[in-house]
Amino acid sequence: MARRELLSSLIISDIRIKYKGSALGLFWSMLSPALTLATYFLVFSVFLKNGIPYFVVYLFSGLIVWNMFQSAVSSATGVIVDRAGLVKKVSFPREILALSNVGASVIYFAIQIVVLAIFLALIGHAPAWSFLWLLPVSFVALYLLTASIAVVMSAITVYLRDVRHLMDVVLQLWFWVSPVVYSYENSIAPALRVRGLTALYFINPMTPIILTFQRIFYVHTSVRSTTTGLPLHILPTWSMSTFALVNAGLLVFSIALFLIALVIFGRLEGNFESEL
Amino acid sequence: MTNVIEVEGISKRFTIHHERNQTLKERILHPRSGSSEIFDALTDINFNVAQGETLGIVGHNGSGKSTLLKCICGVLKPTNGQIRLRGNLAALLELGAGFQPELSGRDNVYLYGSMLGFTRKMVDAIFDEVVAFSELEHFIDTPVKFYSSGMYVRLAFAVAVNVNPDILVVDEVLAVGDERFQAKCIDRIRHFQREGRTILLVTHQADTVRAICDRAIVLDHGAMVADGPVTDALRIFRERLLGDVVDHRPGGTGAVNIDGVSAPTGTFEVRHGASLKFEVTLSSHHAVSGNLVLEIFTRTGLLVSRNDAQAAPVELRPGVNKVGVELANVPLLDGVYDLNVGLVEPQGATMIAWREKAASLQVLYDGRSSGVVAIESSVTQW
Repeated sequence: MARRELLSSLIISDIRIKYKGSALGLFWSMLSPALTLATYFLVFSVFLKNGIPYFVVYLFSGLIVWNMFQSAVSSATGVIVDRAGLVKKVSFPREILALSNVGASVIYFAIQIVVLAIFLALIGHAPAWSFLWLLPVSFVALYLLTASIAVVMSAITVYLRDVRHLMDVVLQLWFWVSPVVYSYENSIAPALRVRGLTALYFINPMTPIILTFQRIFYVHTSVRSTTTGLPLHILPTWSMSTFALVNAGLLVFSIALFLIALVIFGRLEGNFESEL
Repeated sequence: MTNVIEVEGISKRFTIHHERNQTLKERILHPRSGSSEIFDALTDINFNVAQGETLGIVGHNGSGKSTLLKCICGVLKPTNGQIRLRGNLAALLELGAGFQPELSGRDNVYLYGSMLGFTRKMVDAIFDEVVAFSELEHFIDTPVKFYSSGMYVRLAFAVAVNVNPDILVVDEVLAVGDERFQAKCIDRIRHFQREGRTILLVTHQADTVRAICDRAIVLDHGAMVADGPVTDALRIFRERLLGDVVDHRPGGTGAVNIDGVSAPTGTFEVRHGASLKFEVTLSSHHAVSGNLVLEIFTRTGLLVSRNDAQAAPVELRPGVNKVGVELANVPLLDGVYDLNVGLVEPQGATMIAWREKAASLQVLYDGRSSGVVAIESSVTQW
């Protein structure tokens, strides 16, 4: 109970500090994702002419997932080293520091979902209502996955300080092996199938989560290209039950991962004070 | 009486890295480099603290006091042993360590409260008291980065004492803040004692221990060397400090011993207002110059007087020396007092020799004033 209070006051203070003294406050937290969205849209849809209609919606639904993961992991990686003063002086469950960063990312995620919903309403693009119930399932899996990595990385950084920089690189690579700015079916699936690498691609747990979000918000599995007029396969043509099964598996996996992460953190936390 | 703190066989071992081998790059390039040393900060500490007791923990710098407190507060995990606590605990390890400089005093009170394990509602209930105690009404919405260090400490202390913990842990913090605020803190601590709460106090000010604690433990190089009544513990603490000084002196000069004072029965009898003359016998191996320190304590441990050592220089010759001392017009009231005698170096506060309770003073007084000293007062009606 008290832990939840501590978590929420840490999240609130995190967000307050970040946007203190700026009149527009939380608006700034939206500016960076908006700019990323605009850049990718320009590059892939306008310059490279990938021909995918409503490409903004496709991008937005994937980026929401990625932004939450990336911002939480990159801020949590150094959090224990940065708050060494606190860790060495005050007794509290230390994993809460990393979890508060994840919590702050969840709040930005929620705001972005609202912005996306408004955007969809404005352009009259309806989500796949029948798939909508998968959203919370997929989100919980995303939250636990993000939290697991955030908690473990925050502890490892105490022992190996340069893991922070390594993590920046890893996150960049990770972004490009996840189908956010390109379409899985259209760009990469055929090549993977020929070489038998599909399973390898799906080792990345972010992929099914992103695909689920895209299926919910972008809806169409195949569309007609706006440039050539030919049909384009955008998303896997999985049935509802396949998506449900994938998400259920993901949920079980992420719960297990989170428990393992807490155990690892507990092991590493014992030596913090001699390393900080 | 129930024990609220049980410390069983606590040891804490630190590994000190001489070369920080803290990056992945270095681990890969030089997998075996980096020397490290084992340091035992605490070895086999055992004690209990009963409900309502105030325990002082004394020791010189580096004796492991703070490590012990951190283990009790759960900031450090002891290498061996077990600590059991009953009730909630508020620690003042370093005041304001949990504060976020960017946030206002108000936000920090809530944040700090939640770190001590309290819910928002509980902090709501005590918020006004916290602000009143800290006397920061006008600054409570100012970011704490603009606070002076005194204001910082006042706010942190106010939170910790107002959350009404069962166990209060205080580490050297009473030394900060102005005298008035210090007095207020001591008042609050006494209030705590009356309420039957348990207090753990770390300090190296013997006076504070005497004034507040029921019992004290002494740490020396990570080991517990005394556990008992305050006066006994402080005597051992002083002896250990002296032992250190002698050890660290090259050539062993300054091996001065205070053999005693000229009171055959160990007690001087003196009438209130009269003067007392006596001799202090010191034996020395070398010629030593120093200043004589005289302390007079009440039996309850209150320091009545410490002389101005600078004004009491002595030059010791090798061998046995006798130094005459006169206490003029003793203003003390009826009672028994203890006399401590010491010799400090001319410049600093380094103790060369010390004798706790060198003698006691039996003061005889016929008047009707009560207390420790007589202050002549007269009343005139206009």
